[in-house]
Amino acid sequence: MDVTLNVRRFDPESESPESRFQEYNLEVEDYFTVLDALIKVREEVDGSLALRCSCRASICGSCSMRVNGHAKLVCKTKVRDVANAQNQVTVEPMGNLPVVKDLVSDMKPFWDRVRAVKPYLQPEGEEPEAEYLAPNETMLHLAGVMSCIMCGACVSDCTAIEVDQRFLGPAALAKAYRFVGDPRDDADRSRLQMYSQPGGIWDCTRCMECVQVCPKGVAPMDRIMGLRDMAIEAGFSNNNGARHTEAFTDSIKHSGRLDELKLPLRTFGVFNVQAMMGLSLVGLRAFLRGKTPPIIHKAIPGKDKVRRLFDKVEGKR
Amino acid sequence: MKYAFFPGCVSRGGCPELYPAAVKVCERLGLELEVMEGAACTGAGVLQEKNQLLGDALNARTFAMAEDMGLPIMTICSTCQGTMSQAHKRMADDPAYMAEINEVLAEEGLEYKGEVVVKHLLWILVEDLGLDTLKTFITTPLQGLRMAPFYGCYIIRPTGALGFDEHPEREDSLERVIETLGAESVEYAGKTRCCGFPILTINERNSVSMVANHTLEAKGLGADAMVTPCPLCHLNLDGFQPKAASMRKTSIDLPILHLPQVLGLAMGMDAKSMGLNKHIISAKKLLSSVALSA
Ligand code: SF4
Ligand code: SF4
Repeated sequence: MDVTLNVRRFDPESESPESRFQEYNLEVEDYFTVLDALIKVREEVDGSLALRCSCRASICGSCSMRVNGHAKLVCKTKVRDVANAQNQVTVEPMGNLPVVKDLVSDMKPFWDRVRAVKPYLQPEGEEPEAEYLAPNETMLHLAGVMSCIMCGACVSDCTAIEVDQRFLGPAALAKAYRFVGDPRDDADRSRLQMYSQPGGIWDCTRCMECVQVCPKGVAPMDRIMGLRDMAIEAGFSNNNGARHTEAFTDSIKHSGRLDELKLPLRTFGVFNVQAMMGLSLVGLRAFLRGKTPPIIHKAIPGKDKVRRLFDKVEGKR
Repeated sequence: MKYAFFPGCVSRGGCPELYPAAVKVCERLGLELEVMEGAACTGAGVLQEKNQLLGDALNARTFAMAEDMGLPIMTICSTCQGTMSQAHKRMADDPAYMAEINEVLAEEGLEYKGEVVVKHLLWILVEDLGLDTLKTFITTPLQGLRMAPFYGCYIIRPTGALGFDEHPEREDSLERVIETLGAESVEYAGKTRCCGFPILTINERNSVSMVANHTLEAKGLGADAMVTPCPLCHLNLDGFQPKAASMRKTSIDLPILHLPQVLGLAMGMDAKSMGLNKHIISAKKLLSSVALSA
């Protein structure tokens, strides 16, 4: 089939180093991946196109790029699956990371984040004679998260990093979960405390971009939710995020639905006047427009049944 | 076409204009609704992060009620839809998990058989009613207007739980509805991003930055308004737009409309009955251009 690759080019050494799109028309076989097509461009059409790849079999994690606006491993993406009706495909470097040249991203901010979560075992007690052993069954639940190949796709499309580079982000926090969940690691408390700081687990927006784009099924967001639950259980609940979750849960438990007026009150704590004022200005505008949640929070009919369901499930824990 | 209507908390809480607008529009379209009064909140993913079994059990309870009514469920919120779809998938994938949940429901005399269908109004328009039929209801085509679609995370991710494999048309359903109403759909990167609402009380700066990015991008591409099937996105994109504007030291003034409101406009329904006077960002200018084109 004939396709048009629309590739974002950037050369820092050119006279006007601004990114621009360049079109390449070429013929590809039905089985071609986007990577095959890009390599064909580099070898047969334009040797100046820079891209990074190694294994070509979704193992090494080198070739993450944005295809039609979303991060993908291009070696795992067939041209025919992503070409539009006009047989066009748009390829850009990853988002949220600096570009070295064309489709090559600078992975330093990615690795900095991974390093920041202390991605190594911190065992305590006497050192064993040989290696630290873990029974198979205690590690099984980590098989999913350990299949991360550090490709950066999740970081590329993370909506929280997009507005705040300080956020540790999906890959690093999935790695963090891997160590909290490891029976040989004894630093759970200090880890959970660290991950609960600003820029940590509570800054995730739960947008699921990372779950969607991860080529290995790591589901980083689900790991972040796991860490949140563990952090609350470990007592690190003196922050807006944890209070929000608790208040939300309580509201449903007691009335079957969400009480939007009480939620910020409980999240900020009654004494955080500044935060409350900020929100209440918006609340005031809403009020003037006749748009406020009813002051008297109405429960759903049968709220006692919901309450009993809560008691029953919570009793199971 | 009849549905068990799950309105969700926000359509009668923070966005009280949404519920009546949805009811009136459905009536006009001949979609019969039976409101699920006794159904609880879906948990919105927040409850699930604390206790997934609990969140899923609440939704299974709602599903069982709909099965008893013999009706598919209609939602009007991306977050309700996604949370329910995810619960549905987890139970469908794991019969033992579903049995565990049914044990909890048994106390109330309910049983979820696994057969429920849950659809957002947006999907109902495309799949059940059909866009050709929708077209026949349009009396005031929104000609000349540029509308930016804003989906809300939960109705587009993860695609595996949302039935995108069987229903690939869900991927651009909002654009197609906008075009059916006669308006032009604005293509921009923000349409599938996060509105920032979930972190509003946790990290307001980041949340409001998201509002600024998406509204300014759409505005820059000439959007006259934004349309969303999610009341939570609406709360943030509308309510916090003034803050976003002052954060970026600019004006934005982009009206954010609920999906039923735009449908109502195109069907010639009265703006006030659609609650279009209740938004923080005024829709007045937009309404006068609709009136002009009519
Ligand atoms: S779910 Fe959280 S970590 Fe994942 S992409 Fe969204 S904001 Fe980032
Ligand atoms: S979590 Fe997935 S997307 Fe993120 S770096 Fe690891 S393999 Fe890549």
